[in-house]
Amino acid sequence: MLNPKLSLNPKLFDKDVVLVAIRKGFGDGLVLAGEADPRVVVLCGDLTESAHALEFKEKFPDRFVELGVAEQNMASVASGMAAMGKIPFITSYAMFSPGRNWEQIRTTICYNDRPVKIGGSHAGVSVGPDGGTHQAIEDIAITRVVSNMMVICPCDAIEARKATVASVDTGMPVYIRLARNDTPVMTTDATPFEIGRAQTVWTSRAPQIGFIATGALLHNALLAARSLEEAGVQVEVMNLSTIKPLDEDAIVDLASRTQRIVTVEEHQVAAGMGSAVAECLAEKLPTPMRFIGVHDEFGQSGTPEELIEYYGMGKDAIVAAALELLDVSRGVE
Amino acid sequence: MLLTERQVLELEKTANDIRESIIEMLVAAGSGHTAGPLDMADVFTVLYFHTLRHDPKNPGWEERDRLILSNGHICPVLYATMAQAGYFPKAELKTLRKFGSRLQGHPHRKFLPALETSSGPLGEGLSQAVGMAIADKMDGVRNGRRIYCLMSDGELEEGQSWEAAMLAGKQTLHNLVAVIDRNNIQIDGFTEDIMPLEPLADKWRAWNWHVIEIDGHNVEAIAAAFEEAKAIYEKPTMIIAHTIAGKGVKEFERDYHWHGKPPKPDEAKMALRELRTLGGKIRSEAE
Repeated sequence: MLNPKLSLNPKLFDKDVVLVAIRKGFGDGLVLAGEADPRVVVLCGDLTESAHALEFKEKFPDRFVELGVAEQNMASVASGMAAMGKIPFITSYAMFSPGRNWEQIRTTICYNDRPVKIGGSHAGVSVGPDGGTHQAIEDIAITRVVSNMMVICPCDAIEARKATVASVDTGMPVYIRLARNDTPVMTTDATPFEIGRAQTVWTSRAPQIGFIATGALLHNALLAARSLEEAGVQVEVMNLSTIKPLDEDAIVDLASRTQRIVTVEEHQVAAGMGSAVAECLAEKLPTPMRFIGVHDEFGQSGTPEELIEYYGMGKDAIVAAALELLDVSRGVE
Repeated sequence: MLLTERQVLELEKTANDIRESIIEMLVAAGSGHTAGPLDMADVFTVLYFHTLRHDPKNPGWEERDRLILSNGHICPVLYATMAQAGYFPKAELKTLRKFGSRLQGHPHRKFLPALETSSGPLGEGLSQAVGMAIADKMDGVRNGRRIYCLMSDGELEEGQSWEAAMLAGKQTLHNLVAVIDRNNIQIDGFTEDIMPLEPLADKWRAWNWHVIEIDGHNVEAIAAAFEEAKAIYEKPTMIIAHTIAGKGVKEFERDYHWHGKPPKPDEAKMALRELRTLGGKIRSEAE
């Protein structure tokens, strides 16, 4: 069942569940952050509307900088602004920021210890028709590997809004991973949020398997959990929206109670969130795992739904991975 | 005259002392870059001992001007000048590039917080200086603060340099002054052979910069250029400092092989003798 303590959206399993783009929540968060803190400034590279910097620009035109299509410059300009006491958010598509400007982020932001926030929209294959060039499926890997960087992948627009506001006072570089497409709103204004804190969103009395999901695919993980429960398999589902710093205690606790973990992310399996979980468990509590995500391929054009299915990240794929893992590990026991 | 005759002589003497420090630290380090640090000694001297508003005893002073070194590999001249100005003891210069030293091979402000930035990867400094100038302009350019960016000619091959150039021109950042060390060399050879940059001044003018070309070894011309920049209100200023790579040691001058290697002990001895005798014009106390 859904964890009653989290005030989740009671309609999240309904057909008419409200769909909002995660990037929209980021845009709302920018405005709130700007209202709360005059140090907040927003930089954009010719994607003001699409990357949802527009709302901030209209409200705070004097604290908005349009840099044109120049993401490398944008990262380093933000570093310079942070050196003067600003808290800059740089906004673009994840493929270009932190994709194209990775070294500028490493050197002038992280190595330089400047608290710049990076909002990367259009992450994942669910970007859809634009095709593989615009579908960032490596961004978790390249950000979490950089020292001094926080990495957050919100599950819905509301969580994105909260993460954006919360990132202001971290004093650190933060990457906020955002998606283009309208996706189910699973949390509510009342759902607690804290950077670095994983949440149990689906509980069972005696869970046999744990799902750890990040981003909008949390919804598919929940659908899979409900479907498995109907088939007599008890599941616990964790929303791991902060990928770095990793909530190791919560992950180890889940693994110790379930003995099996399936990670779910719209990203390359290599070096993504599942890998972060595996790094933790391999050292602290080796646990049989399965990884839902993209397996060493590029994306392509299609509808978001088609692509999620094709790359094996749909509800049925998660159910199948869970059953296979249960089957295999039963043999071991 | 902007500078008195006495000030000119003092600045020239200081620049010479800094060149000696550069040679001493490079030979002690056993690696590092020689040509750029030597040829930028005069510009750094004028900045730290005449132009910059700063306080070596209080590096975090909020009102200070900001100085960004973009081509971090010439940090020996930055460190030597900072030590000369009193930011840290000159004895520390010989720890350059050694384990545990505050003087990292390329500047890192985590180790030496008095630095305004960490640098090394080329083409990134101007962007940071532009960001500082934009931020300061947002806040009304407090007390006429100025942002200085020192960069190399070779690093202009990085496309990011031109992204920053465009933005600075667009934002009409009159509080920004950049200096290009136009020494015409880079690791692989002469810049015009590797990747021609001329007509360099025209390129900056085209991006809406005010351009001043000077002899980068004439302290009066250097000081005058920084002064002229203060009078420009609609544009950022680019000072193209024409320098002689390896300036001060005849053996090293204009030879691109000295871009990225340090002097060996015997070469350092020769270089120090030349600097201490002003090229044989005076007797060295050390002899």
